[in-house]
Amino acid sequence: MIAVNSLCLRQGAFSLLNISFAIPSGAYGVLMGKTGCGKTSILEAIAGLRPIMSGSIKLGNQDVSSWTPAGRGVGYVPQDGALFPTMTVREHLAFALRLRQRNPAEIKERVEELANWLEIAHLLNRYPIGLSGGEAQRVALGRALSFRPRILLMDEPLSSLDESTRGHLIGLLRDVRQRTKVTILHVTHSRWEAEQLGDVVLRLDQGVIIQEGAAT
Amino acid sequence: MNGDGPPAAGGSDRGFIICLAILGGSYVVLIVWMLAADLFYTTPGHMLASLQSANIRFAIKLSLISCTITTVLALWVAVPLGYLLSRTKFPGKGAVDTILDIPIVLPPLVIGLSLLILFQTRPGQWLEYVTNKQMGFTLTFVVLPALLALNAFLLLTGRWWLRLLAASITAAAAVGVLTQFSFGHELEVFLQRNLGTRITYALPSVILAQFAVSTAFAVRTMRVTFDQISPRTEQVAQTLGCSRGQAFWLVTIPQARRGILTAGTLAWARSLGEFGPILIFSGATRMKTEVLSTTVFLELSIGDLYAAIAVSLLMVIVAVAVLVITRIFGLRGTGII
Repeated sequence: MIAVNSLCLRQGAFSLLNISFAIPSGAYGVLMGKTGCGKTSILEAIAGLRPIMSGSIKLGNQDVSSWTPAGRGVGYVPQDGALFPTMTVREHLAFALRLRQRNPAEIKERVEELANWLEIAHLLNRYPIGLSGGEAQRVALGRALSFRPRILLMDEPLSSLDESTRGHLIGLLRDVRQRTKVTILHVTHSRWEAEQLGDVVLRLDQGVIIQEGAAT
Repeated sequence: MNGDGPPAAGGSDRGFIICLAILGGSYVVLIVWMLAADLFYTTPGHMLASLQSANIRFAIKLSLISCTITTVLALWVAVPLGYLLSRTKFPGKGAVDTILDIPIVLPPLVIGLSLLILFQTRPGQWLEYVTNKQMGFTLTFVVLPALLALNAFLLLTGRWWLRLLAASITAAAAVGVLTQFSFGHELEVFLQRNLGTRITYALPSVILAQFAVSTAFAVRTMRVTFDQISPRTEQVAQTLGCSRGQAFWLVTIPQARRGILTAGTLAWARSLGEFGPILIFSGATRMKTEVLSTTVFLELSIGDLYAAIAVSLLMVIVAVAVLVITRIFGLRGTGII
């Protein structure tokens, strides 16, 4: 579960006050809003990448408001993928597992499992340079899912993709939810994406969260 | 159809490109012309004869040693400082930024003079006294135990290769500390005899004079390098389980590799060409503080133009070789080479 209560954020002249919402365990939440309305700031606050002024963030049953990003165990897919230019796709998928000092056999097995599932097995020895938008997003998704997080945060993962790739990734995201039972918060400005994917659809409008319920 | 009326005056771009090439190319021609003039002024025989001089051989050796030590020290400072300036906000950041420009804009002679004055102040004289008279004591009873403590910390927190490195250094430091109890005095005397030295008018002053100028260039390069690396990758690494320090080492530093090489090359090349501060702060004593740039000055002052040109050409060759090697090394693994 993701529960955000009375969250206040400020950066320079921009601020968000008293933001509250909840995404039940295993649900697919979509947060919609116009560009620049603060969707990404909320996502970053949940990931621990942006300090909060007040309020609380609960993941599962724990208040993680003051926890480091590493301690929160959240998978995060930023808008541009933010792949590591000096690492191969294989190293991306193994990165979080190596940090957790898993044994090499387990890492190899997990990397192959993810690569086959996300259809990036043929890219394992490639560097990010030269990957297409869809391939880069699948690598970023695999990297975020590699350590089996309980929460997955995605910032406009489909916005830079062409129509056919977007359709393919929508199917993949449905599959992610079904197979992993992870709680997802997906930020987008597209109502179509919200209708396709969201169990819980939220709209951020002029600093206020409006729950629109199930989209379909 | 292109619409009504006459076509826009597009024409050929050749004239424009030729104008740019003439304006910019004049500078390239000047450099090549200067080097060619040097080259044709001397002969291989003159060059070989000059390079067989014991003084010049010493200057070559001292230049290579001092420039390399300076480069390591400059990077040791430039990488963390460049990162802090690029990624963090702190009170007085603007002032620090301005201070870092001072060595770049100041006349080199002024830097040498300032260093000399610094070592006339009480803290400077104390430092001179420690390195000259107390080096053995300081290394034995302060530096070795501090190294031991630092590496014990690294052993507990670092990655496996960092632990291995820390274990090796700790073992070496432990030997040093243990020996304090059995033959501490002998160790102190040994270190004093081999490492005790003045700073001014000695090798450390050459390194310090080079460091004072070249580090500013390395810091600027590192700051630009870190500015160009997206902080987003570091943030993602933190969500994957990295501490801020791990994200820096595992994700940012590998991306900064070419910038580090560039900063190191720049610091090395700048150190090689440093003259003013060395002349003031270290003197130009043959077989003691003479580096290649001071050799050119000394040979000119005694009227040996051929030797001065030979050393100048040698400096050009070394500088070009370093630049080429670094560029090739820097591009390896990037898909370009």
